[in-house]
Amino acid sequence: MKLRHKKVLTAYLFLSIPLLFFAFIRFYPMISAFYMSFTNWNIISPVRKLVGLSNYVGIFKDPVFMISLFNTLKYVLYGVPSVIVLSLALALLLNNVTKFQSFYRLIYVMPYITPIVATSWVWRWMYQKPPTGVINNFLSFLGLPARNFLMSTTEALPSIVATTVWVEIGYCVIIFLAGLQNIPKEYLEAARVDGANRRQLLFKITIPLLNPVIVFLSVMETIMFLRIFTQVYNMTDQGSGGPLNSTLPLVLYIYQKAFKSFDMGTAAAATVVLFLMILSITVLQLKVLNRRVQY
Amino acid sequence: MKRSLLAALVVILILSVSVFGKVKIVYWQYYFETKVKAIDELIKEFQKLYPDIEVEHVTFPYEAFNEKVAASVPAGTGPDVVNLYYGWIPKYVTSGYLQPLPENEFSDEYFQKNFFPFVAKGVEFMGKRYAIPIAVRSLALFWNKDLFKEAKLDPEKPPRTLQELVEMAKKLTKYDKQGNIVQAGLATQPSGQGHHWIREVLVRQFGGAPYNQDYTKVTYYEVSQALKFYTDLITVHKVGYPGFMNDDITAFTSQAAAMNIDGSFRISALKKAGINFGVAELPEHNGIRSNFASFWANGITKNCTGEKLDAAIKFLKFLASEKVMEMWLEKVGELPANPAVAQKYYNDPIYGPFLRGLEYAHATFFVDETAQRKVMMDAVDKVWLKGVSPEQAFREAAQEEQVILDKFWKSVGK
Repeated sequence: MKLRHKKVLTAYLFLSIPLLFFAFIRFYPMISAFYMSFTNWNIISPVRKLVGLSNYVGIFKDPVFMISLFNTLKYVLYGVPSVIVLSLALALLLNNVTKFQSFYRLIYVMPYITPIVATSWVWRWMYQKPPTGVINNFLSFLGLPARNFLMSTTEALPSIVATTVWVEIGYCVIIFLAGLQNIPKEYLEAARVDGANRRQLLFKITIPLLNPVIVFLSVMETIMFLRIFTQVYNMTDQGSGGPLNSTLPLVLYIYQKAFKSFDMGTAAAATVVLFLMILSITVLQLKVLNRRVQY
Repeated sequence: MKRSLLAALVVILILSVSVFGKVKIVYWQYYFETKVKAIDELIKEFQKLYPDIEVEHVTFPYEAFNEKVAASVPAGTGPDVVNLYYGWIPKYVTSGYLQPLPENEFSDEYFQKNFFPFVAKGVEFMGKRYAIPIAVRSLALFWNKDLFKEAKLDPEKPPRTLQELVEMAKKLTKYDKQGNIVQAGLATQPSGQGHHWIREVLVRQFGGAPYNQDYTKVTYYEVSQALKFYTDLITVHKVGYPGFMNDDITAFTSQAAAMNIDGSFRISALKKAGINFGVAELPEHNGIRSNFASFWANGITKNCTGEKLDAAIKFLKFLASEKVMEMWLEKVGELPANPAVAQKYYNDPIYGPFLRGLEYAHATFFVDETAQRKVMMDAVDKVWLKGVSPEQAFREAAQEEQVILDKFWKSVGK
């Protein structure tokens, strides 16, 4: 055997170990979820009866599923643009700071590295009505009326989005900063020499050159908001996604069906719907955002 | 030399038989500190009584309990004896998870002799019984004596009727300048014990019943006054609201709520927190008294057979013995499930009201406790957050719950 063949063989051998791992830990459960969505399995009983598409028909007839579907879209629509715009603005500011830069970075990244359960509970307390909630106490200090926040069917979802945005900014700022520091100084200097103003520098040079970072972050953040769970579970009464299902996202619906009602078939069907949603939105985003930019 | 070698061999053989001859059973329960400590102690006692049985005690956070059970039993790694809420029994049984208690060991007489009558009914499903409890719980009214004094109310006179409850709650509520509640007269938390109070107590006190005899039909919507009474506390009398101080337990323990309706399992925590509290039977209405009884029970899973099954039966009976019940009351604060043991505590100022409440208590038959609780939580939310009338909210709740019941009864072929 030639040395080259030996090398190739070794490479395949080493590659096959993680491949096996992926196949069993990632792909097998995924495929099994697809299969499960056509059965009426209740998790404990070993019998799985095929029921065709009835789980899918069932969830689309279930008003709670439809609410959770719309809520999930709301999380994405409110959350993703806010995270991207805010963290880009912060990164641009941070990029101009030369002193204490790492200190600032640390401050912004802190919420992201804090366990989300802890963050959720702290915010849950901050959103409380007076006399316990910090935010409402501040509002009443300013002479403004107290808000219901998590105890309102209209304010609860945006409140949870706000907390999540606050957490995610830390991560996005770091990635944006890395992207900004990769932009060659010469481009900006040349433009300045040509008389470009700050606005032009930002919109004609910086943002177009940041395009790959923006695409990456919006895809990542979209997936994150589509799969939102922990915050909602910890910030709503008894992890119910309330009040009145107003904050219930798809993943929590799936969790409730699977592990509270033991209705694995329905849960798996909802999982497949979520999977298809994530897939199509991601493909669409990559197509739209990743167009080649002319400089 | 040969002889001593032989002797050594025999000793080793005996030792190894006694080690390997031990039957090991696994016991699961959710994590509640006092319960965990009590069970640890009891296992030591049990092992002294039966040196050939070893019990392994495993705990999980309450929230993850069902998942762990569901994930491990099909894999054959679950417990032999499991502690479960009586309301989960139908689901656990229809899933093929629990095995019926052997009738020769746990006969009708055994149940009659050892437990309150609602216990036998509560653990029965389709003609078979599946678990036995150590203790039971009921609801009562907790009141904070210090806050009563502060509001110039007699700290030894809790409200006795629903009307008195409202009047006193109003006197005990404090507001800030903007009208926000800073001290709740009565904590209202449907997601806590509130949903039981509405379903089993208020509905009956307003002249109805929550379900028909065999729990196949929802009937509480016929008495929407029950829901109205509850939501009026929030919207009309403004003596508390769901989520005040996060929940009723936090509010009462931090002395920000003057009264709360809660279970007997809260006693030890309140004592530990140093609250100067009293316990009274639930306020009556139109001369009608009612209460909600519930319990956690120990059942045997289908994986447990042969020698293990015998050991599990012994363990179950040991846990339900009179001595253990008394110890449980002392350490955990839950009420003895045996009326003969309970009798001794009828005049106790703390346990007495709970025990007397058991006499007229009902244990709801739950087919999906989480879903059924949520229906009641939503009914209250609809009224106070959305301004829906109690009649409509209760009607909608009944419809939603009926769907849950129908689906269940259809699945068991009834």
